[in-house]
Amino acid sequence: MSTIELEAGPRGGAPAPAAPPSFAPKSGPRALRDNLARIVMWGAFVLGVIPLVWILVSTILKGGSMLLESQWWTNSQAGITDRRVGGGAVHAIQGTLIQAAVTTVISVPVGVMTAVYLVEYGRGRLARAVSFMVDILTGIPSIVAALFVYALWVTTFGFQRVAFAVCLALVLLMIPTIVRSTEEMLKLVPNELREASYALGVPKWKTIFKVVLPTAFSGIVTGVLLGVARVMGETAPLLVLGPYTPVIVTDLFATNMATLPTMINQSRSENLQPALDRVWGAALTLILLIFLLNLLGRFVGRFSKVKS
Amino acid sequence: MSTSITGRSAVDELPGPDGRGPLHGDGAGTGRLGDRLFGGAATASGIFVIALVTLVGVFLVAQAIPALQADQASFLTSREWATAGAEPRFGIVDLLWATVVTAVIAMAIAVPLGVAIALFITQYAPAWLSRPAAATIDLLAAVPSIVFGFWGLTIAGQYFEPVATVIDRALGWIPFFAQPEDGPSAKSTLAFAGVILAIMVLPIVTAISREVFAQVPTAHKEGALALGATQWEMIRTAVLPFGKPGVISAAMLGLGRALGETLAVTILLSSLNDGAAFSSSIFSGGATFASKIALGIQEANTATSTGALIAAGLVLFVLTFVVNAIARVVIERRKAFSE
Repeated sequence: MSTIELEAGPRGGAPAPAAPPSFAPKSGPRALRDNLARIVMWGAFVLGVIPLVWILVSTILKGGSMLLESQWWTNSQAGITDRRVGGGAVHAIQGTLIQAAVTTVISVPVGVMTAVYLVEYGRGRLARAVSFMVDILTGIPSIVAALFVYALWVTTFGFQRVAFAVCLALVLLMIPTIVRSTEEMLKLVPNELREASYALGVPKWKTIFKVVLPTAFSGIVTGVLLGVARVMGETAPLLVLGPYTPVIVTDLFATNMATLPTMINQSRSENLQPALDRVWGAALTLILLIFLLNLLGRFVGRFSKVKS
Repeated sequence: MSTSITGRSAVDELPGPDGRGPLHGDGAGTGRLGDRLFGGAATASGIFVIALVTLVGVFLVAQAIPALQADQASFLTSREWATAGAEPRFGIVDLLWATVVTAVIAMAIAVPLGVAIALFITQYAPAWLSRPAAATIDLLAAVPSIVFGFWGLTIAGQYFEPVATVIDRALGWIPFFAQPEDGPSAKSTLAFAGVILAIMVLPIVTAISREVFAQVPTAHKEGALALGATQWEMIRTAVLPFGKPGVISAAMLGLGRALGETLAVTILLSSLNDGAAFSSSIFSGGATFASKIALGIQEANTATSTGALIAAGLVLFVLTFVVNAIARVVIERRKAFSE
């Protein structure tokens, strides 16, 4: 269309426009608006970074000294009141790690297999329903997940509030993250790999197990690590299902277990300096743990065999 | 790596490189024992997920019904929350109000800011800054909710006091923005809880908006620039219209998170006294669904008091369900356009 008109112009003898009509060089209000927009975007980014830097700096300033004492990493809070300085966070660190590990062990098989189903097997209505339910699970508030486990574990079965119940609530929050990230990685595995495997007579399940999953492995690990990082900071399920305890507990079913978030929650209500120091110390420890997992996840992601 | 912090991605629903839709198996199963076992296990996991969500709904409903039947007041229209004793009276109006107000404030701040940051990362930032900038905003999602709450209460909150005064002076003639005489300090108000929530959902809004903005076809952008558009005009005419559905679903997912956020809100908000008059101001205290549950479940010792909280949790579940479903529909519709 446009080429014809361009040719028709000179041939018909009509005077060609001397200059493009309305697109004067950037000037006046247009240039102003353009520059204004650029400033606003830069400003928005700076504004977004401020809270992050502020939180990190204040946490490091207030909690850093706690982490430098060796007893922080070796002692629990057994026998130490809010008025006394001392003790460590090893009970809470250990609790956080144990619960995260148990949650991961339960969530990974279910999450990965669900993703395998969605990508490799699923068709039709059931696949749509599963995909929709994963979406719902993604959006479920952590307090509702905790409430569900409370309704199941405490009210219906009449069990005590123990560390394992917390893990169940966290599983609910972790499964959708794993499903979504694994799904994304499996989709990136080139179809030629599967077809080559089928052509060699390898059954489908072995193809998935020996070709597809290993190819996507590092990507899946990244997704899992990011999922762990997410549930580690969750506090609501702990508040509902796993009250704080100041001593080291390793039995998941015996009683409740201390974790870093509940340690923060326990000490924050006291207006006493030793307790407040411990809040910031625990907060910094938790942030460091989560950042470390995030970094590790991104690092593993670098070795991914499939590139997006 | 494009694993977003929300665990879902706008590209999920696009067809794969081979043109197949996302939800089609290739039918290569052969009915061998191994195939049947493995395929069965995969299908079982999928069904397990469906069962899990169904169970959540069923259990919450089953436990809420007895309490709702015992409720002497109207659950949907009462402002009371007295679950002890033989004649419990409780309703969700106050909770709903606080939840919606904090979430709306959070979205009013986080959506424009998140979109602007996403535009900065995808369109404005120099190449060396783009990835670190994205990673930095993502890190915000790694700060636990309880740390946000405690930081807000003990450190950032005091700086909100003058902001609240300014808003009160400028817009105080509207009841919504007026500081009540006997209201709590500014850091314990719905307004400040909304601000903290905004910081918390910012990485979600940014991550998803970023992803759709990065997908804008280069031809659209270059077309606009070739017609003489400035960079901002290019963004307004090519990037934003293309990214609009993505931004809407990002906002919806952020809203879902803001509605259910617990700890930060619980730490910040000062609760209202029993029988306090209803205040429509954003500078009053209150309790959201999540904070009410978090505080109440510790002391809940009767079937009714637990059931009342579970009923509140059910309402929250339905609320987030609806919001997420809308986000999903918007994404689906975008798919229809982009194919």
